[in-house]
Amino acid sequence: MLHTLRTYFSSDFDWLPGLDTPHYYPQLAGKLLLHCEIPLDEPHLMTALSQNVLIKVPGLDHHFWGFRCRRCGNKEQHLFAEIPHAICGKDCVYCRSCIQMGRVMECESLYFGSSNVSWPRLENPCAWKGKLTFSQQKAADEIRNVIQLGKGEKLIWAVCGAGKTEMLFPGLTEAFTSGKRVCLATPRTDVVRELLPRLKSAFPNVEMEALYGDSPNKKGAAQFLIATTHQLLRFAHAFDVMIIDEIDAFPFHQDPALHYASKRAAKTESSLIYLTATPRKAQHKRIRNKTLPVVFIPTRFHGHPLPVPQLKLTPNLFHHLKRGKIPPSLLEKIKQQQQSHRQLLIFMPSVKQADQIAEYLRKWKMVVESVHAEDPKRADKVMAFRKKHYPILVTTTILERGVTFPSVDVYVVDAGHSVFDEAALVQIAGRAGRSPDDPYGDVIFFHTGKTNPLLDARESIMKMNRLGEKL
Amino acid sequence: MRCLICHEEIIPKITWANFWNVPEKEILCIVCESQFQPLKPGCVLCFREGENGVCEDCQWWERNHPGLLAKNTSVFQYNEFAKDFVARWKYRGDYILLEALQWHVVEHFSRMRNSDCIIAPIPLSEERFSERGFNQSEAIICLLNRRSQSLFERRNSEKQSKKGRYARITSNNPFKLTHPVHQPVILVDDIYTTGTTVRHAASLLKQAGCPAVTSFTIFR
Repeated sequence: MLHTLRTYFSSDFDWLPGLDTPHYYPQLAGKLLLHCEIPLDEPHLMTALSQNVLIKVPGLDHHFWGFRCRRCGNKEQHLFAEIPHAICGKDCVYCRSCIQMGRVMECESLYFGSSNVSWPRLENPCAWKGKLTFSQQKAADEIRNVIQLGKGEKLIWAVCGAGKTEMLFPGLTEAFTSGKRVCLATPRTDVVRELLPRLKSAFPNVEMEALYGDSPNKKGAAQFLIATTHQLLRFAHAFDVMIIDEIDAFPFHQDPALHYASKRAAKTESSLIYLTATPRKAQHKRIRNKTLPVVFIPTRFHGHPLPVPQLKLTPNLFHHLKRGKIPPSLLEKIKQQQQSHRQLLIFMPSVKQADQIAEYLRKWKMVVESVHAEDPKRADKVMAFRKKHYPILVTTTILERGVTFPSVDVYVVDAGHSVFDEAALVQIAGRAGRSPDDPYGDVIFFHTGKTNPLLDARESIMKMNRLGEKL
Repeated sequence: MRCLICHEEIIPKITWANFWNVPEKEILCIVCESQFQPLKPGCVLCFREGENGVCEDCQWWERNHPGLLAKNTSVFQYNEFAKDFVARWKYRGDYILLEALQWHVVEHFSRMRNSDCIIAPIPLSEERFSERGFNQSEAIICLLNRRSQSLFERRNSEKQSKKGRYARITSNNPFKLTHPVHQPVILVDDIYTTGTTVRHAASLLKQAGCPAVTSFTIFR
């Protein structure tokens, strides 16, 4: 009784069999798949099952007080429903929470693949010849220690533009020389797309794969996976090293299914590394209680301080936004900005407003693009902006993090809106001044009244700068 | 109570009119409910919107294969929201979603002449059936609380939704009649796009001597 109670409330994975059959199917290693997702034909599947490479586990946990989905950890009873199932002829329960990735049912099994595949041990996998700064080196050493040890957690709390990706390189080198399997997970597709070419050039000989919702390749058979956190729903006890980038980002930080999946995707003995620029309450609490070891890096890699946002009161903002316009003062500011050599990134609270404002600015003969989450040309537009093909990009919070533009000014219109919380504003401000050639940039928050997130964001940036000066 | 589609909590409005009553069970939130567009009266044969009299498609059918389908009744427009809805319900297999439409579907069905009719589902191929685990037409009949009688068998498994308009209209008849009947029949399906599927089934029934075939589809 107590035991089942515990399995219901905690995310223990003792239902996963301790499977360590060695095998040569990298596409099955550490996977938790539905029958239709298995990349083998029926006879091969049978041999894999008989050799204990794959093991069947029930898809749902049935407790006295309700169900729990083993794939996504869902235990909200309103997210379970019944279907009159034609195959077994009974009413079967299925999970509605993760149905986007195929239906997990009471009467069907999940297939768990043994993760004991011997991955290649590479000598000198790292081709990156850059040099880390003093504080980057400090963090890099800590990361390498955790990976060498093979277990433990570490939070890397580094300001936007501290060079987090580069800090990982010594640790990754260590992992690949000792034949470990690594996953770099992040909540954002854009971040995956941006990281892949950088990591590919740094580790040219490592087998690498990017996994996201509409990625061309979905095998998940490589030694090094760069994936969105949603893709981890298909993995179990797969990785020796698990790196989660931007742990505070939407949707990871408030989706329990993703926490559940990322916890399950790591092996029981594994190194967990979290990267963030803006830790949330939960992490702050663990840092205070000293249960989460942390490395703190308050300076950017080029050593210049973070641009401090200016707050600008525009009382007539809503009056103009309602009519699909922007106040004359703001328009004047944008025109002025266009005289400078920098590009301009404008953040709006909603997709509709972003499109409207882009349209409005086009009337003033400016070259403007707008981009939002569902935009089919999103990746191309962002790429073109990075290559300086056009001067102004109007966007929503989807570009708040993970993307680097060499030299931009950042304006946030209606910064008091509830979509811009403290973390978002700090991240947005962190888009400016990322290149050593142009380490400054104007960050202006246009608001109709100061809100707590606005002040907190500015306060936390100034605090970082103060701490950075002390070093 | 939570919305069946977006899972948002539904907070019932309390007014003096319902102050003393137990709140009714609501299935959809106002936002999701308003996304389904009821069909306005259109073509008299197939319910296509914005048509006067008989639409061009139906005229084509009547010229080439007269009298196959007496009438089609549909409930909602097949708009973007409905497309997502059907994708989730039918292809992902989120069976319970259909309950969201129960009230409207039953209401529209009861307006049809249906008392002495046989209600027949459109069959799925063996392969699709085992993949999805349910037949969408039978699910709708089950929602209507009626008994379904299966009359057909399907021979091949091509998906209509993957084909173009012309390829659909001219495709071969995928069905085989297994139980000939001499009563009026209502064919039930989820979507009416070009009307080929229901007309294929109807043509077999007509050949076997069925007096009248009508069809009931949720989306048009």
